[in-house]
Amino acid sequence: ANMKLILIFGALIGASLCLETFVGHQVLRIKTKNEEEIKQLQLLESLEHLELDFWINPSAPALPVDVRIPAASVQSVKAFLESQGIEYSILIEDLQDVLDKEKQDMAESAQRQRSSSFDFGAYHTLDDINQELDHLASEYSFVEKIQIGESYEKRPLYVLKFSTGGSNRPAIWLDAGIHSREWVTQASALWIANKIASDYGTDDSITSLLDKMDLFLLPVANPDGFVYTHTSNRMWRKTRSKIAGSVCVGVDPNRNWDAGFGGPGASSRPCSDSYHGPSANSEVEVKSVVDFIKNHGNFKAFLTLHSYSQLLMYPYGYKCTRPDDYAELESLGRAAASSIRSLYGTTFQVGTICKTIYQASGGSIDWSYDNGIKYSFAFELRDTGRYGFLLPANQIIPAAKETWLGLKRIMEHVRD
Amino acid sequence: ELPLSHFSAARAAAVAVGYLRYLRGGPGRGLELRELRRARRQDIDGVGHKYYLELELEDVLDKDRTVNCTAEVLYRLGSKTSAPDVQVTVQGELRSTEEAEQEFYNRIRSLEKELVAENIPDSHGNVPPELEPIHLLAWVASGYLIWQNSTENTKFHLAQVKHVKQVKRSDEDLQFDYVLLLHEMVSQEVLPWEVTVLWHPQRGARVSQS
Repeated sequence: ANMKLILIFGALIGASLCLETFVGHQVLRIKTKNEEEIKQLQLLESLEHLELDFWINPSAPALPVDVRIPAASVQSVKAFLESQGIEYSILIEDLQDVLDKEKQDMAESAQRQRSSSFDFGAYHTLDDINQELDHLASEYSFVEKIQIGESYEKRPLYVLKFSTGGSNRPAIWLDAGIHSREWVTQASALWIANKIASDYGTDDSITSLLDKMDLFLLPVANPDGFVYTHTSNRMWRKTRSKIAGSVCVGVDPNRNWDAGFGGPGASSRPCSDSYHGPSANSEVEVKSVVDFIKNHGNFKAFLTLHSYSQLLMYPYGYKCTRPDDYAELESLGRAAASSIRSLYGTTFQVGTICKTIYQASGGSIDWSYDNGIKYSFAFELRDTGRYGFLLPANQIIPAAKETWLGLKRIMEHVRD
Repeated sequence: ELPLSHFSAARAAAVAVGYLRYLRGGPGRGLELRELRRARRQDIDGVGHKYYLELELEDVLDKDRTVNCTAEVLYRLGSKTSAPDVQVTVQGELRSTEEAEQEFYNRIRSLEKELVAENIPDSHGNVPPELEPIHLLAWVASGYLIWQNSTENTKFHLAQVKHVKQVKRSDEDLQFDYVLLLHEMVSQEVLPWEVTVLWHPQRGARVSQS
């Protein structure tokens, strides 16, 4: 009987073609019931002219046998299996179809990778943001991702360093998201990072800025709070630190700086959204920035993004007296607000924190100013209350663009 | 005369806008402050602080048009329990909302199951179009709360409609029980407020705090 079968297959030699493609090739899964059937398949395997390609070779009855069969041999192999009562099923009807689809998928994926897949006009999770920071750092030689510390819940605090050379050049600090519910700020910071990176070399202003100064950008200053706004409470503002003796969690990180700490405009109640914390710099998110800036020693500007209210403010918040550099800061503030307005007509009010929003102690720009960083500004981005913290994603890029113009105006002044 | 950047002008303006939303807002009309044009403050001995404001408002459903408005906001001395006195004069016409509001009324009345919704807008700022009138009715309710609960040391905004539930009634009014999150700017607290709104196309809105 076996000889007869071999002759049948022998007759098919002429019919088998040498194909470069896999059009019409089928992949069958054969289920053998006993040793006898295994032997039949092993015989089939030995017939080289059939050009059968066993993906799983026949070995034991319990295991399936997968085989790719060229188009010309498909009908005869099936006829053979059926005549022997050997069970099989079709895994792949046409292998070329599968290969074509896979090639198309890979091309589309490569296309997406090349044209930066990050959607700056949408809100993202912390993981996605961190991934984009890696992407920017890998794509631009003058962009580096550094870690300046860890949050309370041990998340890394990542800063993008923009530096085209030199050694400890005069630097500009920019942070966003210190209050986690202010989502437009983290989102804008990402857009701004990408803008600066991609415009270096083509935009005169950014190029001359980075040729003289370094920029440090912390897009998510409060990662624990940020994750919490995604997982549990969209309106969370503070850090997520445990407070001794209280059921309440978290400290307002912008009342925790060593500038008039504990004074008016901050709460001593742990459950309050403006709780200043047990002591200045008690929050690791704040301490990490303080240490980094002190160790660097050459920062000239400290800029921080918040939302909402459309305000552009300079010190002081902890006291209602004017800073020594009042005239220059007011004038620069107005110029920056004017740049912001030039794009979409969005108006930002300018003034000291104390006069413009409220007296608030322990704020970051008061600390930076009192520590010798003259150009200290706090921005409150869109809007003025219509959506508040829940700014629609389609406003992210417009907000980022107009804010960038204001920041740029300040940075240019600092540079010059 | 107050600089427009001063917080006290902005706080008084927020009270005026809240009051206006309560008075003139509805499922078909949401008033928003486009710009504060002028602010003056008068300290009245033995009475309190009175703010005179000139405001430019827009209807969020008709943004190309704006309307001017003058407002007087009086914060009475030493009273923690009474609402500021507010008077407003709207110059010009607001877009008619009769048709849209009647349509909304008919739609809700014909619902088999009572409407329930939450998180308006959602985390990303989205409001489904069919919920926009419910959203604007929440502005009316929050406007009332803001007017009633403001002092010179507070500035309230509606942060989000946390939850809304329709309650079917045997009379002609629509009833919605809301849980509204109000953001208070000075303390930075975001707190839930329960409020019930009765609404009818001709009778307008009646708000009661739970």
